[in-house]
Amino acid sequence: MCGIVGLFLKNRSLEPRLGAMLTDMLVTMTDRGPDSAGIAIYGADDGRGKITLQSPDPDQDFAALDAELGRVLGCDVDMQVKDSHAVLGLPPERLSEARAKLAELRPGARVMSAGEAIEIYKEVGLPKDVAARFDLPGMSGSHGIGHTRMATESAVTTLGAHPFSTGADQCLVHNGSLSNHNSLRRQLARDGMTFETENDTEVAAAYLSNKLQNGSNLGEALEASLNDLDGFFTFVVGTKYGFGVVRDPIACKPAVMAETDQYVAFGSEYRALVNLPGIDTARVWEPEPATVYFWNH
Amino acid sequence: MQTFDLAARGLRDLNAKLHAHNSNQTAWEIDNPKGSHAIAVGLDAPLEVVVNGSTGYYCAGMNKQATVVVKGSAGPGVAENMMSGTVIVEGDASQYAGATGRGGLLVIKGNAASRCGISMKGIDIVVHGNIGHMSAFMAQSGNLVVLGDAGAALGDSLYEARLFVRGEVKSLGADCVEKEMRPEHIEILRDLLERAGADARPEDFRRYGSARTLYNFHVDNVSAY
Repeated sequence: MCGIVGLFLKNRSLEPRLGAMLTDMLVTMTDRGPDSAGIAIYGADDGRGKITLQSPDPDQDFAALDAELGRVLGCDVDMQVKDSHAVLGLPPERLSEARAKLAELRPGARVMSAGEAIEIYKEVGLPKDVAARFDLPGMSGSHGIGHTRMATESAVTTLGAHPFSTGADQCLVHNGSLSNHNSLRRQLARDGMTFETENDTEVAAAYLSNKLQNGSNLGEALEASLNDLDGFFTFVVGTKYGFGVVRDPIACKPAVMAETDQYVAFGSEYRALVNLPGIDTARVWEPEPATVYFWNH
Repeated sequence: MQTFDLAARGLRDLNAKLHAHNSNQTAWEIDNPKGSHAIAVGLDAPLEVVVNGSTGYYCAGMNKQATVVVKGSAGPGVAENMMSGTVIVEGDASQYAGATGRGGLLVIKGNAASRCGISMKGIDIVVHGNIGHMSAFMAQSGNLVVLGDAGAALGDSLYEARLFVRGEVKSLGADCVEKEMRPEHIEILRDLLERAGADARPEDFRRYGSARTLYNFHVDNVSAY
């Protein structure tokens, strides 16, 4: 099982409603996976870099973190705390340096995402509870991806929840299970990719990040995944400007898409799409097996 | 005619009412299906049920006697294990439409996704559009009629179901072969096309069936095990 939702807006007028629409879609998918839930939102690029940090002890870890990080980096850092997550804003060229410093300053905290547009929030629990903790309905953005998990390949933990992000402004969610993730993880680790979990989906995310780092575009990276990943998958991926979908050649993990002149939407089931504006006249279809779909802003 | 607002009253109430069939109330309309699962499953009476919208998993599963019309698209497993009656989907159908069906007629006016008619055991399925890969896998009996094209591995490990395709077949599965169209097949097809409201000439179809080479174990293959 697992439930996936995704929304890529073509029309800027819907951007203030992105979080609300995506949350509604995700909550509808709760019974496909009640273990944990997560959402990646691509917000406005205001010229700042963003790191979303998660901590099991937010009071301790986030106390005065903006000032401390600003001091060691020697630049202006702002911070917005939302429950167990904090979004740190800083100059984009300092992102990788900031990540290294954060690992020293707050070893208990984990980076959920880093980039110029992406924020990832994920926790164990039902989608409605996770959405409320982070006020997801109040978020605006140009595109976003949500996932509700029924764990099969690794433990039910915050880090095992989706979306996974293994590169700047990149994220991936997965319905299915991969069977060659251990050998692929070893191979990618030799190429310098780092892993936080034993999860199969993180390997798929790192695989795509590795391809993108080596010059592939999103479409090419997804095409290559069809040859190199073994197992069941419906993936939805996000990049700073793009949104992509691919299913394995057997395609037993469900997927429905809808497109209007205002948006492209993805749901594991049609139920997730029924409250979208104009759905009755939208083009609704199931993505073909072993076929890459992607859209760019 | 009874109208039932699924969004307001819920699935269990709906199916309980349809199961507690009263001979004075045979016509039903269901509003606001919104992709819900298991709409009108397990019916066993000559009801006429119209669903005004698209359905989720397993709509009209295990149907006996009833006619169920979906005025939208259907999710996975529509009319799964149907015994008799008629199910008509006006839009597209998702994976494994009509799977394991033992009787009755399933008509899909749009396209059907993968595994349409998988393990069918006597049901007749007419798809006005195309069907996806691995359709009629291990199909045992009944007829699958496709006015459009068929995806890869059609009829893999087929038993005695008859497959009729008017368009292209991407590839045939193991032990599935093209067979000659004899007059009795033209007659079966003419009847099915007419009952499915399909505007097509039976002579334009090709028939596929089992080569029956997988029915018995060949000692030559023993080293493969």
